[in-house]
Amino acid sequence: MAMNNSNKSKIIYTALAWGISGMIFFPILWTLLTSFKTEAEAISANPSLFMFDWTLENYSDVLARSPYFNHFWNSVVISIGSSLLGLVIAIPAAWSMAFVQTKRTKHLLMWMLSTKMLPPVGVLIPIYLMFRDFSLLDTKLGLVIVMTLVNLPIMVWMLYTYFREIPHEILEASRMDGCSIAEEIFHVLLPLALPGIASTLLLNVILAWNEAFWTLILTAANAAPLTAFIASYSSPEGLFYAKLSAASVMAIVPILILGWFSQKQLVRGLSFGAVK
Amino acid sequence: MGSITLKQVTKTFGDVNVIKPIDLQIHDGEFIVFVGPSGCGKSTLLRMIAGLEDTTSGNIDIDGQDATNTPPAKRGLAMVFQSYALYPHMSVRNNIAFPLKRAKMPPAEIEAKIASAAKILNLGDYLDRKPGQLSGGQRQRVAIGRAIVRQPSAFLFDEPLSNLDASLRVNMRLEISELHKTLDTTMIYVTHDQVEAMTMADRIAVFNAGVIEQVGTPLELYQTPINRFVAGFIGSPKMNFIEVEAVDGDPTSCVGVRPEHLKVTQDKGLWTGKVGVIEHLGSETFLHIHVDGVGPLTLKADGDCPLKYGDDVNLTAPQNKIMHFDAAGKTLPATPFSGN
Ligand SMILES: Nc1ncnc2c1ncn2[C@@H]1O[C@H](COP(=O)(O)OP(=O)(O)O)[C@@H](O)[C@H]1O
Ligand SMILES: [Mg+2]
Repeated sequence: MAMNNSNKSKIIYTALAWGISGMIFFPILWTLLTSFKTEAEAISANPSLFMFDWTLENYSDVLARSPYFNHFWNSVVISIGSSLLGLVIAIPAAWSMAFVQTKRTKHLLMWMLSTKMLPPVGVLIPIYLMFRDFSLLDTKLGLVIVMTLVNLPIMVWMLYTYFREIPHEILEASRMDGCSIAEEIFHVLLPLALPGIASTLLLNVILAWNEAFWTLILTAANAAPLTAFIASYSSPEGLFYAKLSAASVMAIVPILILGWFSQKQLVRGLSFGAVK
Repeated sequence: MGSITLKQVTKTFGDVNVIKPIDLQIHDGEFIVFVGPSGCGKSTLLRMIAGLEDTTSGNIDIDGQDATNTPPAKRGLAMVFQSYALYPHMSVRNNIAFPLKRAKMPPAEIEAKIASAAKILNLGDYLDRKPGQLSGGQRQRVAIGRAIVRQPSAFLFDEPLSNLDASLRVNMRLEISELHKTLDTTMIYVTHDQVEAMTMADRIAVFNAGVIEQVGTPLELYQTPINRFVAGFIGSPKMNFIEVEAVDGDPTSCVGVRPEHLKVTQDKGLWTGKVGVIEHLGSETFLHIHVDGVGPLTLKADGDCPLKYGDDVNLTAPQNKIMHFDAAGKTLPATPFSGN
């Protein structure tokens, strides 16, 4: 039977998709494999993909050398804390931008987004000094505050896009029915925007979990999350590729599991409400 | 109580003056209809009365109290939206209960109110469904139910029937009129459909480009429109307008004859024309007649009108049914008209 054109292009696209995802995934696979090698094999000039002496030594070393669960807990507190705090601020902000628009709303949104385009080093010194003066260096509270501020523009934008899809008249009806603004948001807007809010929360947990610039600069030992824990294996006594890989895997796995279970929600969130 | 007074009320969006200064007295218990072409500002004015739009200048009094800057929740008015605006995540029961819960009414009382609203509006079987599972007509009833349980001092309707199909629209029209008679509460009803306006209203306010052209009972507007716009807007089919040559001493620039007043005559008549398209409705017939130098005229005849396409006819109208308008469109006192 002759293959028709649409079948042919389907095969080509599938092969392409697999090829590209393979390329994207390969470094992660490499890290995963390296984490099971000895340090010697890890830096071998002739690396083998699967044929090496599998060992769990790196994991036990890493767990013995650093307080993994401390870092894990710091990551949880910082990423979830900053995302929740961000929602508390972003929801009213997005409400006013979506439903009480003025001439300047669009500009304000653009300006907020533009702060994401600046290199964070630009504000490094003032933030560092403020943290020092307020004794926020190496505290979870300090990082929650910074992560909230760093991700706030994205949260407001995402929520704004979701809120725009909610018919204005439903909110007006609630106003006629006697709702204060807080009641309107709580009883009508939030239930209707729940899928969007969940996506926003998830995405920001992931972004905050993976953030490395501020966490490396503003923490030392006490509040250091998993990103700092990974980094600690690339500095003091030289590079330890295998241990570094084991630490990375241990830092990635929790967020990978979260991402896996919330895949659908995330795809919806990232398409910014375009798919209903 | 539900009397509403608009004093020199205006609204501008940016630089656009959407509502020119409007004065209007809405009496307690009356059914007033705002009618006018699309985009003339009816919804905007209704939303200003509701408190959903700010008032640029002027005052809105509700029951003698200045309510210009009162938030919507505190005005004691209920609104039924064109899109129904039901809460999609709540059951019909909770939709109707919502305003009562906000008012902190005791649960037993809320139950009683829901039961009575469900009875009036035939919603008993649907109370536990979500709005998404209802037909358009049922949603409309829920929206009305949510409005009546609060016992507002006035109801505001914004084109509530325009999303329904034609036969349902006639039914709901009757139901809303019936509801007005039962509740005896002020209703302000916005529509672009003059038939709805004529059939439902105690009084009609005819809007045009941000101003009220005329306020009056349906018959006043039909019989004594103050200008050409109102004359043309009220009545179906539309009034025929015939431009006339200016004559010294007579300011008439145009005369108007309603289709139902135009008659075919065996005499010479006022105009002569050729029958065009004929629309048979059974009970009546609309004839579109081409008159040289005047244009097409519409004539409403009996159901069994014997005329055919292409027939030559002479047309006339009783002198007291011919309206005169000046160049600005203002209605003039009737003067004898003898053709042009
Ligand atoms: N929020 C708004 N911003 C700017 N212009 C508006 C807004 N709402 C309505 N308008 C304009 O005001 C005019 C009147 O609108 P509207 O009151 O909805 O008319 P109607 O209900 O009579 O059809 C229209 O020209 C419309 O474009
Ligand atoms: Mg409108």
